[in-house]
Formats: sequence, C-alpha cells, structure tokens
Amino acid sequence: MTKEAVLARYPPAPEALLALLHDLQGTNPGQYLLPEDLELAARHVGLPLSRVRDAVTFYSMFSLRPRGRHIVRLCVSPHCHVAGAWSALDELRRALGVDVGETTPDGLFTLEFTSCLGACGVAPAMMVDDEVVGNLTPEKVRAAIARYREGR
Amino acid sequence: MRRIQVLVCSGTACQSSGSERVKRALLEATAAHDLLPEVQFVETGCMGPCELGPVLLVYPEGTFYVRVRPEDAPEIVEEHFLKGRPVKRLLWAGAAPKPQEIPFFARQKKVVLANCGVIDPERIEEYIALGGYEALGRALTGMRPEDVIEAVKRSGLRGRGGAGFPTGKKWELVRAGGPPPRYVVCNADEGDPGAFMDRAVLEGDPHAVLEGMAIAAYAVGAGQGFVYVRAEYPLAIRRLEVALAQARKLGVLGPGIFDTDFSFDVQIRIGAGAFVCGEETALIASIEGRRGEPRPRPPYPATSGLWGRPTLINNVETFANVRHILLGGPEAFASVGTEKSKGTKVFALAGNVRNTGLVEVPMGITLRELVFEIGGGVPEGREFKAVQIGGPSGGCLPASLLDVPVDYDSLTQHGAIMGSGGLIVLDSSTCMVNMARFFLEFTADESCGKCVPCRVGTQMMLGILDRIVKGEGTPEDLPRLEEIGAAMKATALCGLGQTAPNPVLSTLRYFRDEYEAHIARRSCPAGVCPNLVRYVVEPELCRSCDACRRACPTGAAQGAPRQGPYRIVDELCIRCGACFDACPFGAVRKLPREEAR
Repeated sequence: MTKEAVLARYPPAPEALLALLHDLQGTNPGQYLLPEDLELAARHVGLPLSRVRDAVTFYSMFSLRPRGRHIVRLCVSPHCHVAGAWSALDELRRALGVDVGETTPDGLFTLEFTSCLGACGVAPAMMVDDEVVGNLTPEKVRAAIARYREGR
Repeated sequence: MRRIQVLVCSGTACQSSGSERVKRALLEATAAHDLLPEVQFVETGCMGPCELGPVLLVYPEGTFYVRVRPEDAPEIVEEHFLKGRPVKRLLWAGAAPKPQEIPFFARQKKVVLANCGVIDPERIEEYIALGGYEALGRALTGMRPEDVIEAVKRSGLRGRGGAGFPTGKKWELVRAGGPPPRYVVCNADEGDPGAFMDRAVLEGDPHAVLEGMAIAAYAVGAGQGFVYVRAEYPLAIRRLEVALAQARKLGVLGPGIFDTDFSFDVQIRIGAGAFVCGEETALIASIEGRRGEPRPRPPYPATSGLWGRPTLINNVETFANVRHILLGGPEAFASVGTEKSKGTKVFALAGNVRNTGLVEVPMGITLRELVFEIGGGVPEGREFKAVQIGGPSGGCLPASLLDVPVDYDSLTQHGAIMGSGGLIVLDSSTCMVNMARFFLEFTADESCGKCVPCRVGTQMMLGILDRIVKGEGTPEDLPRLEEIGAAMKATALCGLGQTAPNPVLSTLRYFRDEYEAHIARRSCPAGVCPNLVRYVVEPELCRSCDACRRACPTGAAQGAPRQGPYRIVDELCIRCGACFDACPFGAVRKLPREEAR
C-alpha cells in the first residue's frame, strides 16, 4: 500500500494517529518510521510534529530505526522466564547471530523482547511476525527460524 | 446434522502447537475413507488445557483427545470415525474419554467460557443458536435502561479487570455522568504477565463481548463503543473484526437495532506495546491518539472520559458476563459465589503445575481446590511453595494460606489481589526474592515515568533487590523496601504504581526468611541466585570425563580423567555455571551457599 493510500484510510483527526502510524510503519520494508512519515502523520491528523514524536517514542512497537523483514519477539514475562526463556534466547542468539535489539546483516530478522504474549499455557513462547511459536526448545527455535529464512 | 462433529481447538496456544496441521491431516484422512459427507469439522476457541494441545473433541460421544499430532490422523479416522473405537493412547492420561470425567473440567463452572471451545467464533449463527443476542433483544424490547442497570446491580457483578468495582454502580454513574454523547469502552489491553483469559474470550466468543457492550451502551445511553486491544493479540483482533462485520450485517449492531430507535456501533483500537495503557485514564489518552500516560482521578471517566465525555470502561470478562445476568436473571447469577463476590472468575493457571491452561471457577473456591484438584498439583518430586496471584500488581501466598477462598476481599486482605486472573504456581525450585525482583523489573520497565513515586520508587526498590540477589544486601534493606513500598502505595498516580510494590511486600510478609538468608548468610535457599549458590559434584554421577575442568575458567573444577570423582573448590569458584552447563551427566549440582558473614 502506498503512503497516500494509508492516509486516505484515516480521518484527519488526532485519534487516528496510532493506527495511522502502525500502517505507515508497515509501508516501509524495514518496518520503521522515517522522519517524513512523522511529518506526513502530523500534517494529516493536524498535530504538531513534537506531539507525533512524543507518541512514537512512548510505544515500544514503533521503531525509528530500520528493522528486519521478520520481527522475532521473545516473551520474557514470568511464566516464560520460569519455563526457560533464557535457553531459547541463547538459541536465538546462536541461530540469528545477533543480540536483542539488533538486525541480522541480511536484513531478514530483528530480535526483540516482548512482554506477555498471553501464550502462557505453552511457555516459553515467542512471536515471529503474527505467528505464536510455543513450548520452545532449542530444536523448535532452530526450526522456526529456518522456516522463515526459507520464506515458508 | 452429520454423524460426527470434530471440534478442533484453534486458540493461540493450540495453533502454536500445530492444530492447523492436525486439522488438515484429519481432513485428508477423512477424505481418503470417503467420510467427508459424514464428518463436520469446526474450529473453535480455547478449550482450556493449553499445555496438552493440540486438543480436539469428537461428538456425539464427546471424546477428548490431547497432544494430537498430524501422524495420528489416519488412526483416529480408521479406528474412531470408521469403527467407533476411541484411540486410547490419545486420551487424557490415557484413560478418561469424556471431559466431564476429567477433574480438570469437572470442577469448573463455565459461564463466561461456556461457548469457548464449543462454537466456531467466526460464525455468528452458532453464537445465536446458543442464545446469542437474545439478552440484547430482551433489554431493548422489554426493559428500560434503568431496569438493566438495576438487574446488573442486583446480580452483584464486580469488574473483572482487577479492582472489583461494582459494575451496576459504575453504569449508573456513567448514565448520570453528564449529557450525551457518552461512550462505552472495552478494555482488552490485557497486559498482566500470565493473564490470557481476555484473549481466550475474544478469540473464542467475540460476540459475547460485543453483546455485553451493546447492552451496556443501552443502559448508559451511549451510541459509540471502542474495543482497545493489544497489538500482541493478532488472532483476537482478526476474530473481533469478523464478528463486528457479521453483527453489523445482521443488524445487531448499527442503526436501529431490533427495530428500536437504539443505535450502537463499535470501533477497534489497537495498542502499540505499552503496559500502562491498561490503566483506564492512560487507555483513554491512547484511544485519543496521545502517549498513554495516566492522569489523576477524579474526575473519573464516568464523568470525564473520552474527549471529556461520560465514559464507561469495563474489561472483556466483565462484558462477557452481562448477557448471562439478563438471560438467567440476576438472582441466578448471584446464587454462585460468596457474599460479596458473585459469579465465576476465569483464571489462567500456569507455572509449576500439572495442568496449565484456562479455567473458570465459582468465586469462593479455595486456592487448594484450584491448584490441586483442577491444576493437578505440582509435578512429581517437587514441593508446592506458593501461588503468585494477580501478576505484577499482586502477591505471593504461601502453602499455609491454601484454604483461603478466592474472592476479591479475602485475597486483598492477605496481600494479594484478584487482579485480572493470572495464577502462577511456584514450587520449591523458585527463589522468592528473585521472583519479586523479576516482577519489579517488569513494572520499573513499564512505568510511564509521569509521577515520581513510581518512576523513582520502582528503580530504588529494584536497586536494593539487585544488591540482595547478588549477596550484597544489608539488614537495613528490608525495612527500607517496606518504607518505599508503603510510600508508593500511598502516593503513586495510578494503579500500576500503587500496586507495583505488592510482589515485594507480600514476599517480605510470607517469605522473609528467604530475604534474610540472602542477606545474613549470602545464601539462596532455592539455589537460584547465581552468586549465592555453590557448585558441588555428585560423586556417584561423576564419570570423571574432564568436561567440567576444561570448562572452568578459574581452575576451581579439579580432578583428572578416570581418576575418580572431580570436585569444585568453592574458594576459587566464581559461580559462572560453566561446569554445570558442561557436565553431560548432570553430576554438577547447584546448592544453597552456606557462608556466615
């Protein structure tokens, strides 16, 4: 979707800001917001740029830096912590070759932490884009990453 | 009606365990036997026992299969669908075929979750077939708004989001809160770690929430509603979107519902990863497109909420309860529960317990029944230690309080809270100091920073706990923690900050000896805190393979290949755990460190 098409979906009102930013972020291959996106959003909803930046930097799901095509979010809430999220993290670091907050050199993956995914029944869990992968073992971590790497 | 119905759980947990692939394999195997005209497949919401997923329920007998893998499909089709013999090895514990014979289900009382795992949440017809939107119809055509409010008041329903404010009273305040426009908001920003009941309801029975919102809107005189849902719940958002579209198409949402002059519609608003947005004033700010920071109350949202208008905010589970009050009558609703806590509560059972998952129980059930009869107790060889109830705003209750009834007031009295319903069972391998520190790290991280008590208080407490788990605590630390905690409770701006000290205060109350062991003896009794354990080689298990010696960076692991058991010299050990990770035989043990100061 083009940025113009995204803007056209939302009324020019401040309450549309967060949804608009979500969608604008999705138009960029790096799943992040460019400076001009913030300006576009500010003009569209009629807020000063400072207010838009204020919101963007408050919410953890908006990024001002380019990220990978797939975002891997490992849950580190207490259930997952107790169930062994840390060994899953070690395996993710090994499989991706990057640390939390970093993006793989091929631009395919960004590794992030997330608060509770509500998948506590299958802890430890992570979310790759929109898919929840639970009961993580080193093998399951490797398999999931391989699947996304091959584009399946 | 087909001969066989197969309900495939497709909640998030079962999906993550591969329910889609299981369903495909079953379809293929069914087709291979030309049984497709006889078998109907239904994708439902969460059935409860998430850990045993993917689960499925086969009717007419009601056979409950657990941990089904795609490879099991041919056997299920040949044995069960064709020959009518249940596949024994896929039954719960290899024995009980029917849910009602399994203690996990038999002890529950499903009201809010009645449709979850029974209907296809993406088909409004199935919801309507089970009485859906009948309560809304009754309200609109046979009751005045005041009658609806009166019924909800008489039912004794209290807010299921955590604080337990009487729902009918809140509706009344909103109705009297000022002239229209008024708004109805569903708080689906379920951020408490360990709570996933709202997600399950939205995924499994979204219309129940929409119907509850519509009834509330009629009662308070609102024309527009919002559901504020976390971006972390993509499946819930999708099912909600489908439900909204279907409800509008059938005219149960939109202009002139049921040919009356009542109009109501709902918009979905998606969060962006901020825990504090579950607090009602922060949530309002976020819906308005601002950073989600709370503001002082009063004024309460009932008089000044969205855009300064009277606004009703209830959470998902509260709204899902509403239709049952109108359908069965407030007295029937109030017949379940305790004197001051009516109805049922959904809990997300997790941690060191045999049966994890989603359960719904009558208020007033004891923790013991919840943990041991429904949850099946802690796994073998472990010992029950505590339940953490209420998430980062709640507290830990020890074994001595297992007979406390689960209701709003009893839990609060003992230093925990009902919260949104997260319940973590902890066993003897859990360090309570570490656990408390962990929750505090969470709230410190999620503190929005607007008010000083929360912004600074969480950091100060975290700093003290950091020292304690490293073995650098002092005796003055404990009263200091209590002092800061009390100040935060009294002065923080919102519920997040006011309840943030609870995990620390409740563990100080019931597990003070563990804190003292960390400080006085520099020992972690559970053997968890890395600095406060000692590593010991179990001589019977050691095969003197030399792995620990090679891994050890300081020469603390000593011995020679095939010369008998190795040993670890505590004075040289820096507690890095390398030997523990390296030992292929599990011979290296972590024990509490014993060291006098």
